Amino acid sequence: MFCRSRWKTIVFSLFILLMTPAAYAAEHAATADSGVTAWMLTSTALVLLMVPGLAMFYGGLVRTKNVLGTMMHSFSAMAIIGVLWVVCGYALSFGSNVLGGWIGWNPSYLFLKGLDDSILAGGVPEYVFAMFQGKFAIITPALIAGAFAERVKFRGYCIFITIWCLIVYCPLCHWVWAEDGFLFNLGASGAIDFAGGTVVHISAGISALVAAIYLGARRGYPKVAMNPSNLVMTLIGAGLLWVGWFGFNAGSSISSGLVTARALTVTQAAAAAGALMWMLIEAIKHGKATSLGVASGILAGLVVITPAAGVVQVPGAIALGFAASFICFFSIGLKNKLGYDDSLDVFGIHGIAGIAGALLLTFFIRPSWMANAAEAAGGSWTTLQQLGVQASAVALTIVYCAVVSLILVILIDKFFGFKLSQEDEMAGMDHSLHAEHGYGLLNLS
Amino acid sequence: MKLITAIIQPDRLDAVREALIAAQIGRITVSRVTGHGRQEGEELYRGQIVVPNLIPKCRIDIACNDEFVSVTCDAIINAARHDNGKVGDGKIFITSLDECIRIRTGEKGSQAI
Repeated sequence: MFCRSRWKTIVFSLFILLMTPAAYAAEHAATADSGVTAWMLTSTALVLLMVPGLAMFYGGLVRTKNVLGTMMHSFSAMAIIGVLWVVCGYALSFGSNVLGGWIGWNPSYLFLKGLDDSILAGGVPEYVFAMFQGKFAIITPALIAGAFAERVKFRGYCIFITIWCLIVYCPLCHWVWAEDGFLFNLGASGAIDFAGGTVVHISAGISALVAAIYLGARRGYPKVAMNPSNLVMTLIGAGLLWVGWFGFNAGSSISSGLVTARALTVTQAAAAAGALMWMLIEAIKHGKATSLGVASGILAGLVVITPAAGVVQVPGAIALGFAASFICFFSIGLKNKLGYDDSLDVFGIHGIAGIAGALLLTFFIRPSWMANAAEAAGGSWTTLQQLGVQASAVALTIVYCAVVSLILVILIDKFFGFKLSQEDEMAGMDHSLHAEHGYGLLNLS
Repeated sequence: MKLITAIIQPDRLDAVREALIAAQIGRITVSRVTGHGRQEGEELYRGQIVVPNLIPKCRIDIACNDEFVSVTCDAIINAARHDNGKVGDGKIFITSLDECIRIRTGEKGSQAI
């Protein structure tokens, strides 16, 4: 009896001994933090909400005959990039460096296969992170559509955003956010791009400008008035963008704590400051503050704080918001003088405010961040040095996006046709491209 | 004086407007209307060709002096046609106009047009 029971004990002890490390490791790797995960799931949904928000914002700004065609630009991005991202976009963006760091690659990320059991160090299942990042990939090409609104073929647009995502967005995303991306590791503590000032806004803004200039203006621009079809819808869209931006910025901390709270607070402050400044400028300059002006100010404020949300404090956020509206207001005035047709001011707001944010944030970085950077640099790290890092990241983004997008637009225009024929443009995209009409309420049937 | 009322397809509105402006006819009233003529089996809805009951159209009203009637009608006809003319391109109605008054000045008759 005694003997048997002792053997049992020994076998059992051995079993425990053998199992412990494995069990411990499995438990350690597989623990998802429900708090962080819940917030990241919410953020993912909020960023997706920005896409229909953008569709409404843009749809309201174009003429009645183009409202559906314009909203389709955003919705088709959800369809196209939504598939592309899970198939290979995530692998290209967050795989390890290949081709000299130009892009990432990890075959186990294809179709997100390798993510099935993966939980990131912060306690977030990698699926959530991949989906969160996927929403950014969706909204970025959709932003570009505003620059050539009302005058492109649907097929050309679909091909454009597909290839643009692969050769512009994925590399940029890799450089800035992947752990081995070279902009992530530039300078003492990396080029600061908290939630996508360079990756999303500067890249969309610059590509938009290039495309708008190459494709040429809409028929009749700038002589003929092209009134917004529905400013009410535009304002609802701007509101949805503001709400969604909390996911965009506060979610970009990939955590749920102090950093998240900081990002959320400065996002709110900058958006409000941007709206306020635009309102004031219009009231002083034209005697009337417009609803479109407030919507533009909200966007300018949100864009400018996007790269800065992790490093500035409230006074800095207000200053950035004010500065963004001021600069954007006058750059749109400059556009009217230069005469190119960036129809919905993608460059004028996303490009300009994105660049302004990435550069100006340097002057408002919280002291503790600078202290850490100085430590990492082994002694001192000055504002000017960080400005140099920021400027080189911005310059690189501008040059890369401008060159690649221009080549892409030219090739698509030559091989597939990008610009709408004059007749189809006059008839409107809803009729000529989609055989539908947007505002059914006016019809008796 | 005549009142020209043209019913055209909405997708040709811009073309017609530009043609009228080119023919120096700048004073027009445009409204969105619905109706049906002989145009049938035109609409594709969820992959199925259906006969729409009421079709959106644009109505253009132009009051003009007699000598401008033909130039106005030509401009509308040339611009509103799809290719060489299709069912549903629209109609033009011409009625004689008894009086025309400019509200600002109170002028009457053909000067006021």
